[in-house]
Amino acid sequence: MKLTEIIDRLSLDVFTPVTDAETEVSGGYVGDLLSSVLASAMPGNLWITIQHHANVVAVAQVTGLAAVLIVEGKRPDDAMRDQAKSSGVVLLGSTENAFEVAGRLYDLLVAKR
Amino acid sequence: MTFHIRAGDVEHGGSASAQIKNELMKAGVDELTARRAGIVAFEGEMNLIVYSADGGTLSVEVERDAILIEVHDTGPGIEDIDLAMTPGYSTAPEWATDLGFGAGMGLVNMQANSDTFEIESKLGEGTTIRCRVDRWASGRTSREEGGS
Repeated sequence: MKLTEIIDRLSLDVFTPVTDAETEVSGGYVGDLLSSVLASAMPGNLWITIQHHANVVAVAQVTGLAAVLIVEGKRPDDAMRDQAKSSGVVLLGSTENAFEVAGRLYDLLVAKR
Repeated sequence: MTFHIRAGDVEHGGSASAQIKNELMKAGVDELTARRAGIVAFEGEMNLIVYSADGGTLSVEVERDAILIEVHDTGPGIEDIDLAMTPGYSTAPEWATDLGFGAGMGLVNMQANSDTFEIESKLGEGTTIRCRVDRWASGRTSREEGGS
């Protein structure tokens, strides 16, 4: 499913713009330990996390993720936002917690396929 | 290319590695290989930031068949390398774990994403890690992997 459709269906906040409207989401990964994300997230995944600092952007870039979804209403600080913009990493937000938003993403991507 | 990484510079943590991945792809390295090299570089870069006494260097060389990554610092050194390589073992300070570092998987991830991995360390002298990431698109590696 396209990232833009997921943003729409889950009513996500968009902190940095979707640079490529054709971006496809291959699946999801939930985690707050950066090394776990590097070890286990797959390219094209939507990463759901409570972490909201600039190092997250580098992890997303290196791992080749579709976007980072920051949960529980946390917002990226300026350093994170600037780095994401300059490197083309999409930062999204939700007021829901990781369990809730992951469940709805799972419904969209897996359960109803 | 060589990057000088400062100890404690968590604010820029990962930016050298992100740049390395970009440069590798610009140089025609396939995405899978650039990703593995980027992960190796990221963990090495963060180790310099979180654990080194005075920072260190992160160097990358592109060869025809492989990417070579060397991470070097001048201390404090690792007392027990086997223990440091144990998944889950970490000596990270609380400020680092609060940010999601220090899961005890850094060296493990470096080894997992390398085709050869060497670590030398001496207390009071420092640590050098050399990783070789074979280029998937070179043909040689994909045959060795038997198309798995």
